[in-house]
Amino acid sequence: MGKYLALKRRNLETARYKARQMWVCYLFLLPFATLFITFYILPMVTSIRYSFTYYNILEAPRYIGLANYINLILQDDIFLISVKNTFIIAVITGPVGYILSFLFAWFINELPRWLRSLAVVIFYAPSIAGNAYFIFSIIFRGDVYGYLNSFLVRVGIINAPILWLTDPRYMMPVVVLVLLWMSMGTGFLAFVAGLKGVDQAQYEAGYVDGVRNRWQELYYITLPNMRPMLLFGAVMSITAAFSVADQTMALCGFPSTDYAAHTVVTHLFDYGYTRFDMGYASAIATLLFLTMILTNNLIQRLLRRVGT
Amino acid sequence: MMKRRQEPKTQRISNRRSPNRSRGGDAIIYLMLAATAVLMVYPLVFALAASLKPLDELFRFPPRLLPVNPTFDNFADLVVTMGQSWVPFGRYLSNTVLITVVGTAGHLLVASMAAFVLAKYDFPLSKTFFRLVVVALMFSGYVTGIPNYLVLTRLGLVDTAWSVILPAFAAPIGLFLMKQFMEGIPMALLESAKVDGASEMRIFLQIVMPNVKPAWMTLIIFSVQGLWNARAQTVIYSEAKKTLTYALQQIQLGGIARVGQAAAVTVIMMLVPITIFIFSQTQILETMASSGIKE
Repeated sequence: MGKYLALKRRNLETARYKARQMWVCYLFLLPFATLFITFYILPMVTSIRYSFTYYNILEAPRYIGLANYINLILQDDIFLISVKNTFIIAVITGPVGYILSFLFAWFINELPRWLRSLAVVIFYAPSIAGNAYFIFSIIFRGDVYGYLNSFLVRVGIINAPILWLTDPRYMMPVVVLVLLWMSMGTGFLAFVAGLKGVDQAQYEAGYVDGVRNRWQELYYITLPNMRPMLLFGAVMSITAAFSVADQTMALCGFPSTDYAAHTVVTHLFDYGYTRFDMGYASAIATLLFLTMILTNNLIQRLLRRVGT
Repeated sequence: MMKRRQEPKTQRISNRRSPNRSRGGDAIIYLMLAATAVLMVYPLVFALAASLKPLDELFRFPPRLLPVNPTFDNFADLVVTMGQSWVPFGRYLSNTVLITVVGTAGHLLVASMAAFVLAKYDFPLSKTFFRLVVVALMFSGYVTGIPNYLVLTRLGLVDTAWSVILPAFAAPIGLFLMKQFMEGIPMALLESAKVDGASEMRIFLQIVMPNVKPAWMTLIIFSVQGLWNARAQTVIYSEAKKTLTYALQQIQLGGIARVGQAAAVTVIMMLVPITIFIFSQTQILETMASSGIKE
């Protein structure tokens, strides 16, 4: 009987300990959670609610059911063009940019110390330089003042300047090129920091256990250790690849010729800020959001298998 | 940790720096890095070169990358223009510095605290909350602009620096980043501290944070980059409260007469993020060499 009571008391103590632990957890989470819900979740939920309304910003939103979505999918041809363009961009720049940022981070990690800092700065330069992609609008300018045209004319490959940014044939390739150039961003930096944290002793142990070249090392030791950063980088890549807009607007103009560089977010911008149809813009945002979540789930499932 | 055979470590290290690397492979990789680096550094060189060009060279045909007669005229002109502004220019600078410093410091603390408990403890709703944070990263910022403004109005924050600072505290990217890094800290380490009687706050400040220094250096880079470039013209409209980026962009938008000054502005705006970046990069390199906590 005494034993039973002692056991009970101990259970009670662990329960109390756990409850206290839980409260501490909530306390730690509280500041972030409050601000996050106020400034991120609330506006997000409101936007999703707007997607079921007609809302021109001046008048109060009017509920119209699924009309926005139906129009979007069945009647809006330009939306379909933008979806096509966004998918082309996302499929190319997403995976390629992601893999390149990892590989470069990994290569850089093995450089001697003084070179490493310099290399990270140089590779991250396009991202620091903010809107540096505007220099591409000078390189690819349509007249002979553009660097590329002036070069090609002087060399004699072409005799009239090419309208790189206004001719639908060239717009998408140029955009994809610029985006790839900019892809050493958030993910890259997280990889660089993550690689620094991999325990060196594991490599030594791997060597003893028969790892013989850098690729084996990468697959069996580096990648499994990097999984959290890989997941982070994937989310960042997906978000960036699907929400391309600023770059196409800066390079190809807005709207672009024949909507050849029109993306989903450009379309959203068009409806939200030139036509003031926030309801419709919100519907676009919601659809895009769902697509990204779906893609993200797929990628996360893939990444979980890496290195096992 | 994998089993390690008793082997005189010093001997092998003196043989070769890294055992699993072929010299040929190293050479190819170095070449590739060098080639890519040239492409990557182009915007920085271009921005710098443009700011040093005298007016006649800025409009020269055929265009040249590097200035022939480099000059600081553009920067001098910029200072003159800044001196003529209606609000003393220092105000813009101090506004931006305030937003950047307070926003980044708060973000680091608030996001790390939340990331710590989400990464290391399991409690009701923790998984759901984290998923919500990741998902929030994917919602287009363009459409949340208006609801966000309504929230700020309701809270009376519009036209104050807090309208930029407070949302920055809870930026989802910081929490996500910190949580991913904190997952690597062995639980045993936290538990042993616990047994020794350390409080959660102490564990957080003295064990967790020092061990994820690369993570928070990275977070600082992201945060500074974002806040330093914040225009915030939609939520701050009193001239005296506006940000440096906004003011400089007004100069930049001055048309063809200000092409040189615009180039100078680009360089000046890049300087702070780059400095912070270089500083934190060297910090990451220095700290990680000595960290020996991985179990």
